[in-house]
Amino acid sequence: MDEEISLAHGAGGEAYRQMVQEIFIPGYGSPELSQLGDSAVLPGPGQSGELAFTTDSFVVWPLFFPGGDVGSLAVSGTVNDLAVAASVPRYLSVAMIIEAGFPTKTLQRIAASIAATAQKAGVRVVTGDTKVVEHGRADGIYITTSGVGTFDGGWRRPDQQVRDGDVLLVSGPLASHGVAVMAAREQLEFNPPLQSDARPLAGLIRSLLASGLSVHAMRDPTRGGLGATLCEWADSSGLCLTVQEDALPVRADVRAACALLGLDPLFCANEGVVVLALPAAQAAAALACLKAHPDGQAAAIVGQVTAGQPGLPGHVSLDTGYGTLRRVTLPAGDILPRIC
Amino acid sequence: MEKREMVARLADILAETSRGLPDFAVMEVCGTHTHAIARYGLSALLPSNIRLVSGPGCPVCVTADETIAQALTLARQPATCVCSFGDMLRVPVRVQYPEGETGLDSLLRERGLGRDVRLVVSPLDVLRLAQAEPDRQFVWFAVGFETTAPATAVLLRQARAAGVPNLKVLCAHKTMPAALQALLDPADSKPAKQPIRGLLCPGHVAAITGANAFQFVPRQLGLAAAISGFEPEDILAALVELSRQLHRGQPGLRNMYPAVVRPNGNLAAQGLLSQIFQPSTATWRGLGEIPASGLSLRPAWQEFDALNGSLSPDPAATVCPVAETKPSACHCGPVLRGDESPLDCPLFMRACTEANPRGPCMVSSEGACAAASRYGTGGAAVRLKEHYRAGSGAVSGHNEFRKEPDIYG
Repeated sequence: MDEEISLAHGAGGEAYRQMVQEIFIPGYGSPELSQLGDSAVLPGPGQSGELAFTTDSFVVWPLFFPGGDVGSLAVSGTVNDLAVAASVPRYLSVAMIIEAGFPTKTLQRIAASIAATAQKAGVRVVTGDTKVVEHGRADGIYITTSGVGTFDGGWRRPDQQVRDGDVLLVSGPLASHGVAVMAAREQLEFNPPLQSDARPLAGLIRSLLASGLSVHAMRDPTRGGLGATLCEWADSSGLCLTVQEDALPVRADVRAACALLGLDPLFCANEGVVVLALPAAQAAAALACLKAHPDGQAAAIVGQVTAGQPGLPGHVSLDTGYGTLRRVTLPAGDILPRIC
Repeated sequence: MEKREMVARLADILAETSRGLPDFAVMEVCGTHTHAIARYGLSALLPSNIRLVSGPGCPVCVTADETIAQALTLARQPATCVCSFGDMLRVPVRVQYPEGETGLDSLLRERGLGRDVRLVVSPLDVLRLAQAEPDRQFVWFAVGFETTAPATAVLLRQARAAGVPNLKVLCAHKTMPAALQALLDPADSKPAKQPIRGLLCPGHVAAITGANAFQFVPRQLGLAAAISGFEPEDILAALVELSRQLHRGQPGLRNMYPAVVRPNGNLAAQGLLSQIFQPSTATWRGLGEIPASGLSLRPAWQEFDALNGSLSPDPAATVCPVAETKPSACHCGPVLRGDESPLDCPLFMRACTEANPRGPCMVSSEGACAAASRYGTGGAAVRLKEHYRAGSGAVSGHNEFRKEPDIYG
């Protein structure tokens, strides 16, 4: 572990993983924590069934960007973590750390955005907390949301393990959020402006699970992008995940901005995309189901899972479309801090 | 023809045309080539007797520490904003501050400390910023080759026409032919580590300079040369051409990018460059001082020189570069000369990663080290055809580093 915490420790890459494994898991010692899922799944009291519980902090800068703001992000992020655990998102808490001197009008705008997004996601904000710190001790506003979901949908729950023979699908175009926030922060004037994809995915995921598909693994690939999620899946399953670069949906304007800024869309953050693995036989049905929903119209099959080679750890490969295959490795850190 | 099929056929043709040639290296001069080769895994398509070596064609990478220290000095001036491309902001330099302390600094770090450093994607953005904030001095930290220098020229013409007094340029533009000549001159006593026999000439630079500007490569350096575009099929076709020249024993120059590159180039851009700039000696990272390889402002445009006017910093406020001590020094110099590959640098993927870069070749997305880190080098990629032929149902890229990133050691 490094001497100091750096931005890399917050970026969801290798440094982050090391911090969690060496400091938090041994420190807290609860078995639920070591599931390391997007949400912890907890036994409810009596016969009331299990609960999903998750929390997330939002330090995005700038606070407002095309397609969203810190408020819509704070709701979407937590709702999506609950939804990919196959729970029905129900209740949210919202805690804010605000810097003295913060404009009340801006706070009202953020609160309205939180309310609107919560309504869209079908969750209720039921508790909250507010702290104000001296001017200069925080950057405007930081928001932490926690969420509770229930498992009364009666759906089959993914065990979050990809299997040999699975196909990989994404529900929409990649990299839109990371690139939109970067452009807004640096005041890069793309015309028309690049739009973030930040949105709650509870509805999309509900329609997918309600159709009876046996989803093996499901995740919203935020920090580190699709690449980081796939690397994690490969690592935990010991299998080979192969992605077709040609098949990755990326909006033309986002692709152009990535080329200009030297970014790889595979590793840019998303806030309105779900990636899932399910048996190849169900791929067409899943694709049709995603495309039928307004939030999944650009869904695509992007790759497949095969057995690992003996002696080789699980890993991700990318078919370049030119008859070559290259290895995809987890980024050592993030080039774009504070995007969520 | 589908691109995959076209690339596969070109790879087969290359295997044919290079058969029987002794092992040789081809230098890809341009950073965009380096990036494309790594990204598309083209090394997996090459016959075993061809090696690709990255050259000094990444503009961020070749910018000298002294120049970056000048930008840092300017950024520390009051009411001054330094603007540059994103990669340039992240290059770390070991410097000594006016107060005597030393440390690793970058424009991005200065921004973190509250200095006004901004990222732009086009030089013309600087004009817009300068007009919007007339009380602030704006400095365009201009790096890049013949391809970006015309944009700086347009910026200055527009700034003069609009009468914008608060816009200056820290001019670090460089030109490619003189540098290649200095690097690859056979008369140079320095023995090359790699037998470079051919040059993949930069298509975008040639679009400005014209193909003829690279005639010196076969004539004076005795190397095979092909001007290439940036798609995988362009690069393979150029390699086919190079291996044919080597077979014939007659190095020549072939323009393989004629849709974009004309024999005499873009005369309008050349006129613009000669109106505003004059050739000057420039310092290149890894290559040192090379006469006539840089562009400085002509006397009539000196008023825009950030180092030669009202902005001129007090010598007591100057940030100076400090030479890295041996064990911590990265090998960007030898990498830029093509003497070493990123894997030869002891810091690569250990102390130097994309998230925490120690040298510019890891910072810039066009740098050889960033390309190798992100996409792998050498045996990283595999050819799909051979893979399936081997009978393994599973597909996989190799991990050619044979070491996992060891960034915490």
